[in-house]
Amino acid sequence: MTDPRVIETYGLTKWYGELEAVHDLSFGVERGSISGFLGQNGAGKSTTIKILLGMMRPTKGGGRVLGRDIVDPAASLAMRQRVAYVAEDKRLYDYMTVGQLIAFTKAFYPTWRSDIEKELLDEFRLPVDRPTKKLSKGMRTQTALLLAFARGAELLVLDEPTEGLDPVVTDKVLKLTVRAAGDGATVFFSSHQIAEVEQIADRVLVIDRGQLVLDASVDAVKEEFRRIRAVHERPERVDLTAVQGVRRVNVDGRVVSIVATHNVEGIIRHLRNQGSSVEVLPVTLREVLLESIGTKT
Amino acid sequence: MSIFLRPNPSSGVPIYLQLKDQIRHAVEVGALRAGDALPPIRSLAVELVVNVNTVARVYRELEQEGVVALRHGIGAFVAEPVRAQRRVAGPTSRVAVAQPAVRKLVRSLIRHGLSTDEIRRLIEAELSDARSVSDDAVVSERSSRSTQTERGSGVS
Repeated sequence: MTDPRVIETYGLTKWYGELEAVHDLSFGVERGSISGFLGQNGAGKSTTIKILLGMMRPTKGGGRVLGRDIVDPAASLAMRQRVAYVAEDKRLYDYMTVGQLIAFTKAFYPTWRSDIEKELLDEFRLPVDRPTKKLSKGMRTQTALLLAFARGAELLVLDEPTEGLDPVVTDKVLKLTVRAAGDGATVFFSSHQIAEVEQIADRVLVIDRGQLVLDASVDAVKEEFRRIRAVHERPERVDLTAVQGVRRVNVDGRVVSIVATHNVEGIIRHLRNQGSSVEVLPVTLREVLLESIGTKT
Repeated sequence: MSIFLRPNPSSGVPIYLQLKDQIRHAVEVGALRAGDALPPIRSLAVELVVNVNTVARVYRELEQEGVVALRHGIGAFVAEPVRAQRRVAGPTSRVAVAQPAVRKLVRSLIRHGLSTDEIRRLIEAELSDARSVSDDAVVSERSSRSTQTERGSGVS
């Protein structure tokens, strides 16, 4: 229990036949933190999550979740007792009603929180007697979330928990997430909503085409990342290869645009020494994300 | 407690700074007075739907600045103003002293036809520059976090 890292992976790689879904992922998640996992559809988010939970074997690499080896089937089974997972498809046992499903699930978990169960039944206005196969998409998600939050799990792994929810329920889910982390749980959630991640997460991880392109603290992105724009008569002569903190460089006409992760002062000095006029702008997580993924110009 | 507004997550300003400003402002305008209790970290985080670590950081930093007093096991309170000023020569009074100078500069720049954005960028650049003079040692100590693959198409 002394290990501060709840999730730790090294070199996770997954091939589906000819397609490499996940490439060389190494990251860590600290106890009690909230990590937001962003990426486009098909970027490898769900594959990563399934590997973490031992539901899928990596082609290469490995890792530990709650101290258990994710590649060892017996260990990962024991680990999943302590992890609440909400899958992307929010699948439930279709033949049960909402009430039966709750009663069935809570029987397995001694840490079950009846207070949270009651609170969420009420707030989500779930129809207890309705078979889960007749639930709307939003209600399925809410039922799956109730089962996850009421479990009192040490680690919550939520695959797009707010997808398809209205803003009021979304807010409630974020609030529950914050509260769960405040109670000591660790949360790892994937999302398409940058603002959600900025709002509640300590760390943001961005995956693009199977590769981790950003792993940073949300505050650090805002405080330390900067866009530096330099105007130079001969932009092709601006050389930044040896300068620390340069994340990305784009040239458009006479303007050299740089996204810096740190060492902003050093980069500015370097540019001025090369005869550029320089301006510094804040950069949002959205910009960093858009620049990290998609078209690489 | 409803005196605090929810921070804007998409703003370029980190949430912890937005919340810090709100608390400092509440103290300056007298909405919170010395000795008033601040909400517990966890409940304020849940109420504002922000990370618990964020609120903890805010309280910790405000304590260092002498705005808040943390009493173990009891909670956070607004600190006595006298103590606040003695500790760091009063962050609010320092700001009050600097404000006329900044106002004069900004107004003269506006008279010279500069836009709000231009002024902001100039100040950002100068701040970074000033930091580079005073923090040279710190800068060189920082380790590289960018990798070769992140550099993308470098200009050469």
